[in-house]
Amino acid sequence: MTDRGVAPLPEASPPRAASANGVRHELARRIGFFLLLLAAWEVVSRLGIWPDFIFPSPVSVARTLGRGFRNGTFLVAIGVSMRRLLVGFGISAGVGMALGVAIGRVRLLDETIGLLVLGLQALPSICWLPLALLWFGLSERAILFIVVMGALLSITLATEAGVKNTPPLYLRAARNLGARGWRLYALVVLPAALPAIISGMKLGWSFAWRSLMAAELLYVSLGLGHLLMMGRELNDMSQVVAVMLVIVGVGLVVDRLIFQPLETRVRARWGLQG
Amino acid sequence: MKVELRHVGKTFFGRHGATIALESIDLQVRAGEFVCLLGPSGCGKSTLLNLVAGLDHPTSGDVHTDGKPVAGPGTDRVMIFQNAALFPWLNVLENVAFGHRMAGVPKAERDATARRFLQLVHLAEFDRAFVHELSGGMQQRVALARALALNPDVLLMDEPFGALDAQTRDMLHDELQTIWSETGKTVLFVTHNVREAIVLGDRVLVLSPRPGRVRREFRIDLPRPRQIENYAVVDLSRAILSVLKAGAQE
Repeated sequence: MTDRGVAPLPEASPPRAASANGVRHELARRIGFFLLLLAAWEVVSRLGIWPDFIFPSPVSVARTLGRGFRNGTFLVAIGVSMRRLLVGFGISAGVGMALGVAIGRVRLLDETIGLLVLGLQALPSICWLPLALLWFGLSERAILFIVVMGALLSITLATEAGVKNTPPLYLRAARNLGARGWRLYALVVLPAALPAIISGMKLGWSFAWRSLMAAELLYVSLGLGHLLMMGRELNDMSQVVAVMLVIVGVGLVVDRLIFQPLETRVRARWGLQG
Repeated sequence: MKVELRHVGKTFFGRHGATIALESIDLQVRAGEFVCLLGPSGCGKSTLLNLVAGLDHPTSGDVHTDGKPVAGPGTDRVMIFQNAALFPWLNVLENVAFGHRMAGVPKAERDATARRFLQLVHLAEFDRAFVHELSGGMQQRVALARALALNPDVLLMDEPFGALDAQTRDMLHDELQTIWSETGKTVLFVTHNVREAIVLGDRVLVLSPRPGRVRREFRIDLPRPRQIENYAVVDLSRAILSVLKAGAQE
C-alpha cells in the first residue's frame, strides 16, 4: 500500500542519448543549410537575371571542378602551391622556433629582436611582395620569401611565449637530472613550449596560406592563385568559383586533419585540458 | 660527512627588499642517514634543499658534499619535488631514463636500467603510460624511480608526499623505508608533517620560521619499519609539536 503513495519518477532520458540526438540534429541543420544555399543558387541562376559567365550555376561549377580534377590541372596547381607552402613553412618553423627560444631565454635579444618581431607582425605579409620582387625578381624565391614572412613571425612569437611560460619547475628538475647545453634546449625547453608552438604554427600556416594565394594572384606562377587568375582572364566564372572552392577545401583539410587533432592531442598529453 | 652546511645563510633580494630565508644553518649528515627537516611553511626548508642540490647559491657560509664544495647541480644529489615534476612529453620509461639520456648512456642500456627501477617502485607495467594518465601517488613513485636510476648518493626530497591522500602517503612511506634500507642512500627529507618526519627520519630537525634556523634536534630511535599510527610515533609527535608551537608564538 505504501508504494502507491509514491509518485513514479519521471523517466529521465539518458543524457548520452540526448546529446547524441543533439549532435544528429546539429548535423542535420548544417547539411540542410548548405542544401538550401545550393538550391537557392541554382534557382537564381536559372532565373537568367545574369548571364552564365557572370553568375554560373552550381551544376556548371561542379562540372568545371570535375573536369579540373580529371584532366589534372587542379591537382598540379594544388601540388605546386602545397610544395611552396611546405618549403616556406618548413623554413619558418625551423627559424621561428630557434629565434623564439633565443628571444625567450636571452634578455638582450628580447629587448631588441623581440621588439622588432612584434612590430613587423603588424605588417600583412603580402606587403613584403614589392620588396621581394625587387630583391628576387619575378621568381620562385620571391614567393617563398612571402610565405616565410607570413608564418615566421607568428611562430617566433608563439615559441617565445611558450618558452617564457614554461614552468620553472621543469627546468630545475631537468638541470637537477644533469641536463645542460643543447640537450636542455632540445629535450626540455622546446618540448615544454610545444603546446604554444603548435598554436603558433596553426596561425602561421593560415597566414602563409593567405599570403601565398595573394602572391600567386599577383603574378604568373602556376599554383592555385594563378589558376584563379586565369579563370578571370578567360572570363570563365565557373572556373573562378571552382578554384575558390578548392582553396577553401585545401585550407579546411589541413586545419581539420592536421593542426586541430595535433593541438588536441598535445594539449591533452601536456595536461592542459581534462 | 656526506653533507655538511657551515654557517649557511640565504637572503633573497626582491622588489620589496631583502628577505632572509636562512640564517646561519649548521648541519651535518652522515652517509646513509635519513634526516627530516621540519618546520612551518616559509621557514626556508626548500631553500636549504636547493642549496644542497646546487640549484641555488648561499649568500654566506658554504655547502659541502663528501668534503667538496657544491658548485652547481650534480647527479650525485637528486631532488624530488612536491608535484613530481615529471615531463609530460615523455612516457614513464623515458622519464625514468631521462638522467642517463642526458649523460649520453646508450638507449638499450638506459632503458634496461629504467625498467629495473620501475620494478622497484612497482610500476613496471606502466612503462608506456604518459604522465597525465597516472595518479598523484604513481607520479611520485615514477619521480622516485627517476631519481634512483641515476644512483645518487643523496636524495633530496621536498615535501614529496605533501599533495597525496593519507592512504597513498602511508603506502609510499612503507615503500620509501624499504628502498632506503635496501639502497643505503643518504636522504634529506623536507616536510611540515610531524608524524611523517618521525616515521621516516633517523633525526628530525625542527626549523624556526623566517629566518630559518635549527631550533631543536630530535634523534628517533624507534624500531623500523615504523607506522604513522604507532603510539610511540604519536607520543613523540606531541613533544615535537609543542616545540613547533612555541616557535610560532615567538
